[in-house]
Amino acid sequence: MLMTISLLMENKPGALMRVTGLLSSRGYNIESLTVARTLDPSLSRMTITVDVDSRLRALVIKQMNRLVNVLQAADLSDSPAVMREMVLLRIRVTMENRTAILKEAEIFGGRVVDSSVEGFALEATGDPEKLEEFIAVMESYGEIEVTRSGMVAVSLEAKRLRLAPPIPKSHGETVEAS
Amino acid sequence: MSNLMSGARILLECLTREGVDVIFGYPGGVTLPLYDAIYDNPIRHVLVRHEENAAFAAAGYARATGKVGVCCATSGPGATNLTTGLVDAMLDSIPIVALTGQVSSKLIGTDAFQEADTFGITRPCTKHNFLVKDIKDLALIVHEAFHIASTGRPGPVLVDITKDVLMGMAHYAPVNEIHLPGYKVVTEGHAGQIRRAAQMMWEAERPYVYAGGGILAASASPELQDLVETLDCPAVCTLMGLGGLPGSHPNFISMPGMHGSYAANMGMYECDLLIALGVRFDDRVTGRLASFAPHARVIHVDIDPAEIGKNRVPDLPIVGDAKRVLSKLNRVLKELEPEMAGKNSAGRKAWWGQMRAWQAEHPLEPVFAADEIKPQHLMYEINKLSGGKAIVSVDVGQHQMWAAQFIRFDEPRTWICSGGLGSMGFGLPGAIGAQMAHPDKTVFCICGDGGFQMALPELATLANQGLPVKVVIMNNGYLGMVRQWQDLFYNNRLSAVQIECFPNIELLAAAYGIKGRIVQSPAELVPALRAALDEPGPYLLDVRVTQFENVYPMVPAGGAINEMVLAPPQPVAVPK
Repeated sequence: MLMTISLLMENKPGALMRVTGLLSSRGYNIESLTVARTLDPSLSRMTITVDVDSRLRALVIKQMNRLVNVLQAADLSDSPAVMREMVLLRIRVTMENRTAILKEAEIFGGRVVDSSVEGFALEATGDPEKLEEFIAVMESYGEIEVTRSGMVAVSLEAKRLRLAPPIPKSHGETVEAS
Repeated sequence: MSNLMSGARILLECLTREGVDVIFGYPGGVTLPLYDAIYDNPIRHVLVRHEENAAFAAAGYARATGKVGVCCATSGPGATNLTTGLVDAMLDSIPIVALTGQVSSKLIGTDAFQEADTFGITRPCTKHNFLVKDIKDLALIVHEAFHIASTGRPGPVLVDITKDVLMGMAHYAPVNEIHLPGYKVVTEGHAGQIRRAAQMMWEAERPYVYAGGGILAASASPELQDLVETLDCPAVCTLMGLGGLPGSHPNFISMPGMHGSYAANMGMYECDLLIALGVRFDDRVTGRLASFAPHARVIHVDIDPAEIGKNRVPDLPIVGDAKRVLSKLNRVLKELEPEMAGKNSAGRKAWWGQMRAWQAEHPLEPVFAADEIKPQHLMYEINKLSGGKAIVSVDVGQHQMWAAQFIRFDEPRTWICSGGLGSMGFGLPGAIGAQMAHPDKTVFCICGDGGFQMALPELATLANQGLPVKVVIMNNGYLGMVRQWQDLFYNNRLSAVQIECFPNIELLAAAYGIKGRIVQSPAELVPALRAALDEPGPYLLDVRVTQFENVYPMVPAGGAINEMVLAPPQPVAVPK
């Protein structure tokens, strides 16, 4: 079953590789992945959708939390969360079906972001099933090209973020020996 | 005094602050600036003969001391050669810091000479790794690397440093603080859980301690002994945990698992409370998980939350440092003792009676023969000479299992062994690392005739450093463990396991200017071992043992832990 993981991590080179490596080493295929920096530019928020054996979900989350660059990893699959995806769609139109396409797009909350004689570029957001329908409807009107953003999610539960405090390094210190 | 320094000198300053006294390494093009700085630095550099062995030696040093071992290699092939040693340290949770040179930052990604994506290659081989492209980050990263390697669940950390960083100049200011917000280590166990654990321990009729490498990593041997004595329960130490409880302790049973003793494994199967301390329920211990400790409630103490419930879901988890958790646990146990100790005394007495009966039924006893040296006999004699005190670094295979069965370790950090990864070729460099750490201790390196040849280049290091390691090759002419499996599970079709052309060890030793001896008969064995011990320098012993001896007891892979194949009568294998 698809699992949605939300990660807060340090915005550092290699951090993405550590997270995805944990999945690829198990032979898991990532369905979607989005990542961008947060209000604090030193941090990134990542949302991953991936098919994980249900028995291993907790372990995968623990192993992600173990990564030095990861501040918090959480499984949003069964917890209150808003999940959205965005689709950008280019469609070729004729003079005859222009209006019909615009009306149809409106039903899905789609917005025109570019318009020309050849066609439109449309934007829509929503949950993945709704967007599937949107794409299917648009396809019925003619040739389309689609780019999907992948899922972005925000948890509706306030989770306390536990961070490690700074560690003082005293002078002349040596590493503990037993 | 100016504090303008080269990156190489800043690196060495940081290593000095971390208490590093020895680096195992091999120089190359991009690490030239570092080696120029090492030239007149008090930190000792041990020139190994292959980078893989630099990592193994650093791990041997770390295993023998608990301090962080340091190894160093150049870019490209130097770094890729380190990887087996890194994974080895990863699987056994051994703290090492690996320093690698990288091509200049401007050249990264251009397929420059000796360029490899070390940062990418070693990501899954390390607990954490760093790429340093700016000299300003160097000092902080080096200290972060040591902190990550040595704290929490220890492990290998690699720092890849570009040549321009090593050559560049910067003002060095000692690092006062490191901050790794995502690196959360829980050391103090949950007080309520600890109290519940103590109650469960007194309530149990058949309590059983299953102690692993975490005891050594936390230096929790005294606390473990205290716990075992307070509860007066039987205890087993895993392959990684040997020496965690003194081998001569009356409550110590043996190693459990695939080649554990009959009593140790039956105890695992029949106990009603399994007290798992710093272990990871490895498949070589548990056998078929579904039938592992089927009657037991499980208390699992580990510093790594990701280990809790990974293989066996515990009834009571405690995340924390074994030393701290056990010392608190011991306090609560003693507090509850007057009230609770008497409750199950009859059941506990019967449990000990059962344990002793199993021990008597199928004891772990060495085998002797008049006309040939049995491998168990060899371990028996080494054990007598060691008296529980010597450091023993082993390779991987049959000899490793017999050594674990028959050599007693009364002190922690005297058993140096590649457990999780099972890396052949570990024994000799592991011994070099341990002997560098403890120049005055007796260090045996016990290898098979296979693994010995994987570490052959390090004979030069041994001779070069004049390290008095006693290398004992248990020579049966075969890759014994693989042969054993071919014998037991592949109709004895012995495929690619015979080791022909083994070098004449006396000539080989002489070629390096050290002493060596071939031992053929049981009568020669003790005098030869004594001669090796009396020699102030290195010594090679090629001990010819029975060719077709199998290690027993054996839990076949995927078998239940109580379904052991016991020692012969077994048909003796005949080569095709």
